[in-house]
Amino acid sequence: MKYETVIGLEVHVQINTKTKIFCSCSTEFGMPPNANTCPICLGMPGVLPVLNKQFLESAMKACLATHCTIAPMNRFARKNYFYPDLPKGYQISQFEEPLGINGYININIDGTKKRIGLTRIHMEEDAGKLIHGENLGSPGKSYVDFNRTGVPLCEVVSEPDLRSAQEARAYLGELKSILQYAEVSDCNMEEGSLRCDANISLRPEGQKEFGTRTELKNLNSFKFVQKAIEYEVDRQTRILEQGDKVIQETRLYDSDKGETFSMRSKEEAHDYRYFPDPDLVPVVLEEAWVEEIKKTIPELPEQKRERFAKEYGLPEYDAGVLTSSRELADYFEKCTSLFAKPKIISNWIMGDLLRELNKSNQEIGECPLSPEALVNLLKLIDEGVISGNIAKSVFEEMYQTGKEASVIVEEKGLKQITDDKAIDEMVEGVLQANPSQVEEYKGGKEKVLGFLVGQVMKTSKGKANPGAVNKLLKEKISKM
Amino acid sequence: MDIEHVAKLARLKLTDAEKEKFSKQMGTIIEYIEKLNELDTKNVEPTAHVLGLNNVFREDAATQPLTDQDPIKDSPAHSKGHYEVPKII
Repeated sequence: MKYETVIGLEVHVQINTKTKIFCSCSTEFGMPPNANTCPICLGMPGVLPVLNKQFLESAMKACLATHCTIAPMNRFARKNYFYPDLPKGYQISQFEEPLGINGYININIDGTKKRIGLTRIHMEEDAGKLIHGENLGSPGKSYVDFNRTGVPLCEVVSEPDLRSAQEARAYLGELKSILQYAEVSDCNMEEGSLRCDANISLRPEGQKEFGTRTELKNLNSFKFVQKAIEYEVDRQTRILEQGDKVIQETRLYDSDKGETFSMRSKEEAHDYRYFPDPDLVPVVLEEAWVEEIKKTIPELPEQKRERFAKEYGLPEYDAGVLTSSRELADYFEKCTSLFAKPKIISNWIMGDLLRELNKSNQEIGECPLSPEALVNLLKLIDEGVISGNIAKSVFEEMYQTGKEASVIVEEKGLKQITDDKAIDEMVEGVLQANPSQVEEYKGGKEKVLGFLVGQVMKTSKGKANPGAVNKLLKEKISKM
Repeated sequence: MDIEHVAKLARLKLTDAEKEKFSKQMGTIIEYIEKLNELDTKNVEPTAHVLGLNNVFREDAATQPLTDQDPIKDSPAHSKGHYEVPKII
């Protein structure tokens, strides 16, 4: 039997703020343990949480950027459970009245656009960090760092619209990109500012009802999201094909083994007993305020992608790569404003520039090469001063040393030979040195011409113009 | 009312006598609250908060917490700046 995969993702995103959601403790990453804590986030008796306005506005921005409808009235609820990373014995979250509902994100799968629905986006506080292990004291104990407790999060819940691990990964990539464009989150998976849980089930193709799902928790990299889902789909397929039943449970992904395993310890049925948090007053969002926030949303990745394809005549693939981050898109557009050959610029950015950045594990923001410097190099090729091949090595040196293209070309004498006499002599020399190849070419083996051009380029140390050499060779052979 | 379930959620160990006693008491409380169901609330706005206040916010500026006590030192067990708890895995 053929099975259809059904996936829904729950993504927790840390929203950029200076302070926590309900208290004035800093959210700075990498502080000593428990340095960013106070009576409020430690859940001491008698304290009063007060909502961070900046967080609320950024969360609204996240909702609007993903086409969610903002609820005119919002409340916070207590989600009750005991766990040592949760000092109050409850997490302040939203339940019946989330901030945003009914949104969507468009993803691109093999050139086809697909709309993925968002059930809701709600506001909540993060929990602390548990550390197990002996280097903090006793191997028989666990240790708690509450610095993350109360860090503001948005939970983004998708509809079960995803049909493969590839779609899940694309969705996560698009969501990340939107939130980064909107400047509401860094979405840094290593620092835990973007975390993902996946609900996965299979059903016979054509069946309407969902199958039994498992929940994969704490997928903390893009690669793991895809691998863990792929593994889980295989596992469930095997179970169903044997005629067995999938057990509804929470599973974790072991990235070393590449397997998912059951998290049995938490299997007791949850009963969170949500109720409105009496410490926090309702949030009323007037239309005017929502409109105000809407105005702060910049051009988003999808719009930019479409504009790049249309305005610059770029292939969809190029537009996708160039708009993968706002900084990269800005870099590209700065280049095109200086040099109106977008496809050439795109090729250099996607090829040489991104390769160098990847090599040194840098982001475009850290790129040592300014758009002006890159464009100056491209102009040298365009004007015929250097060949495209030479330009590659000039580029590498510019990247390493930060020198201007023209300076490197001058210093190393890399200018294309425009002296016709000099090229003529080189061509003559190559023809004389390779009589048998010349005969082969005359006999109809046209491929040999490439070899001869190569020989001339070698003699000129790459400084001859290959087009001119090609033409000259043909002329000379035809006269032989 | 499943008193054992409630006790488990609250991590309480109850004796049989307590179970019976609390079961009765909680039953009475629920019965009392259920009186509300006798009223027609079709046209009553759900109460969001008893204070009638909305939109109380804080500015996003970090401050040092107002305390001269070190909560770590006051905790029953700690090590290297961390709170120590029973092993959870």
